Amino acid sequence: MMEMFIRATGNISPQKTFGHVPFLNEPVEYFTNRLSCIEPDYKNFIDAKMIRRMSRIIKMGVAAATECLQEANVEMPDAIITGTAYGCLEDTGIFLTKLVEQKEEMLTPTAFIQSTHNTVGAQVALMLHCHNYNNTFVHRGFSFESALLDAMMLLSENEAKNILVGSVDEITNTSHTIINRMGLYKQIPSSNFALFSSNTKGTIAGEGASFFLLSSEQSENNYAQLDALTTFYKPKNINEIENQISDFLNYRSTSIDEIDLLITGKNGDINGDKIYEEINETLFKNKPLINFKHLCGEYPTATGFALWLAANIIKTKTVPSIAGKISVDNKLKKILIYNHYQNIHHSLFLISAC
Amino acid sequence: MNAEVYVAGVGIISAIGNNTAENLAALASEHAGMNEITYLDTFYRNKLPVAEVKLNNENLATLSGLSNNISRTALLSTIAAQEAINDAGIENFSSLRTGFISANSVGGMDKSENFFADFLADNKKGKLRNVINHECGSVTEITADKLGIKNYVSTISTACSSSANAIFFAARMIKHNMLDVVVAGGVDALTKFTLNGFNTLMILDQQYCKPFDENRKGLNLGEGAGYVVLVSERVAHSLKKEMYCRLSGYANANDAYHQTASSPDGTGSFLAMQNALKKSGLQPNDIDYINLHGTGTQNNDIAEGTAIARLFEGKYPKMSSTKSFTGHTLGACGGIEAAFSVLSIKHGIIYPNLRLQTPMKELPFVPEIKFLQNQKVNNVLSNSFGFGGNCSSLIFSKQ
Amino acid sequence: MDKLIADLKKQIVDQLNLQDIKPEDIGDDEPLFVEGLGLDSIDALELIVLLQQHYKIKLESADDGPKVFRTVKTMAEYITAHQPKNV
Repeated sequence: MMEMFIRATGNISPQKTFGHVPFLNEPVEYFTNRLSCIEPDYKNFIDAKMIRRMSRIIKMGVAAATECLQEANVEMPDAIITGTAYGCLEDTGIFLTKLVEQKEEMLTPTAFIQSTHNTVGAQVALMLHCHNYNNTFVHRGFSFESALLDAMMLLSENEAKNILVGSVDEITNTSHTIINRMGLYKQIPSSNFALFSSNTKGTIAGEGASFFLLSSEQSENNYAQLDALTTFYKPKNINEIENQISDFLNYRSTSIDEIDLLITGKNGDINGDKIYEEINETLFKNKPLINFKHLCGEYPTATGFALWLAANIIKTKTVPSIAGKISVDNKLKKILIYNHYQNIHHSLFLISAC
Repeated sequence: MNAEVYVAGVGIISAIGNNTAENLAALASEHAGMNEITYLDTFYRNKLPVAEVKLNNENLATLSGLSNNISRTALLSTIAAQEAINDAGIENFSSLRTGFISANSVGGMDKSENFFADFLADNKKGKLRNVINHECGSVTEITADKLGIKNYVSTISTACSSSANAIFFAARMIKHNMLDVVVAGGVDALTKFTLNGFNTLMILDQQYCKPFDENRKGLNLGEGAGYVVLVSERVAHSLKKEMYCRLSGYANANDAYHQTASSPDGTGSFLAMQNALKKSGLQPNDIDYINLHGTGTQNNDIAEGTAIARLFEGKYPKMSSTKSFTGHTLGACGGIEAAFSVLSIKHGIIYPNLRLQTPMKELPFVPEIKFLQNQKVNNVLSNSFGFGGNCSSLIFSKQ
Repeated sequence: MDKLIADLKKQIVDQLNLQDIKPEDIGDDEPLFVEGLGLDSIDALELIVLLQQHYKIKLESADDGPKVFRTVKTMAEYITAHQPKNV
């Protein structure tokens, strides 16, 4: 694949990440198993006529996309590609609730038409009057990775130069209650900052909207270079995971020794985290390593937050202390992100300084 | 990137048949699949016609080899995808880099909506197994796991253009030499959620739909699944059978006009068709047949028709909406209609646009109303347009 | 009629989630669609349900929408003319 760069970002998360704010120097602590996004005043970003029909996830997505485009100084991207595992849950829930309560009668269309999974990408296109390529991936823990792969292929096909690509997912009261009943969240609330020392089952729920302007063009404003991405599905055992990681690096002629920083997707669940811990004893042994889900919570498209974190670490050459007590300097060159979602969806991202 | 991508197999389940042969027979005998609602438990039984697959979940479970507790969406998907793989007859399937790229619009909603009724009454109630496969991607994984496909699994959801996008994303992965074989297409089961949703938009015809008719009153919802097996040149040459055709062109554009309505001049449709032609290196007059999106709504048919009138000005290929047989199958329609397009090339046939009595007065062409055989069909354009302005076109070409 | 018009304005603002618009800001004869409040086809569908829910009036065809929903006043007149007697 050709060279591709992260030109700009826009990120709404449970941390202070939106707007021109310092890089995670005021971390936000939560004492629940549900981390909700810190949202801006959307009226500054979205036309009042459009906003009245938008649920929270659509507003988050459109605002994050808008900030990303503004930072990139790109008015019309050549493609808009989004990844969302759950789609527009709030509108889905509203329509389902009325459908049940009103016994399928006297329903109104707004929640239904806004509930389709492509709504965020569609609304961004509508706002920009952008007739270009527009796609939405909805594959659980691969949603964002698929979107990014699509963008990378488009760039190398010379079908596009600047692509807006993002991840969006929301927690609603309904989804939180249901997933809680499935036993995926921690039952004893403690600080998100102590997530990795809980030694208990379950994780904390998260959500977010992370957008990136991916470009095939060099610019001094670029955050970082996106070298490679891969995914693998339902590995049989830890050996297969290690082989996948080794193959990924070998294929890019990169040795693990060249990786200056690892970002892994630990989420506080003792079972799921075992995978990371085993690899930390082998392949990743003695490498500088940080985690990120204590900041954004766990959700299928959380790698959007991880990529934002990596891009900013490379750009600023600093690791925020809340992410890890690691000092890096200007020599910081390569970051490897490794994440798995429920040991089903595994992904690897290689990012380097421009 | 200039490598060709071939179609090696097709699989279809729809209201007009449980496999490809049954679908073809129904198309040839001009037998539509709409009926009174039989399987979906809804207020609209005996009120609105739909195009249901004519099997209950137990029958579908038997055919697919899955449990009947599973979402109907996954059952339909597995049956059609398995047929496509069998049809392709790739002996060394498991030693190749395989992918399953599917599309759907509401995932396991058929189960979720039943869960929700119990859950709303008491949020400790409702069987979790009915909501565990709610996500669009879960449905894809049930099928991928059943088929033993592992190297790449993904799901696209761009409303009614979803499976056209899945097919060409798959083709691009082959062209990038990431995969050798991809089963690509889409599925949707009929649900109360979508039936009620479209009903609120007042675009459901209370009679059988009449796409491209002056007096069209809306669409009929359908359900089903349609897949093609796409293979690389290398795999195509290694197979003992003749390939159906190539996927020669594809494009995706956005109408950027309104969340649900198409622009009056069909900007998005025009761009999708025009760019797909460009990609294939063909001229408009090379196209022998257009499988229309043709939902039967006032808005779609005039927008699509206007775009076709502009792009094909003067020389119109034969065209028809096979939604007059299958109903509008949402996330599946691009897959089912891609399969129909492929079969049109293979057998030299053109499908009729049923129930067209009065041609639309604004349009300079009339879709085909009879089943035609022994036709020269070298290039077929298949249109799929959806909410959110998502418009996609595919072009299949004889080798 | 005045009370009906005032009620309608409030119901329209609520149903369509017209942020930053107060019911009294809507003129009785102000066009609701396009050049006036800027409502669209989806809003028309919402208004059809509003008539059903609040006034038990069922608009049989969406084609009647533009005439009935031209202004708040035309809506009020339609409701007055079609109100079921036993409500």
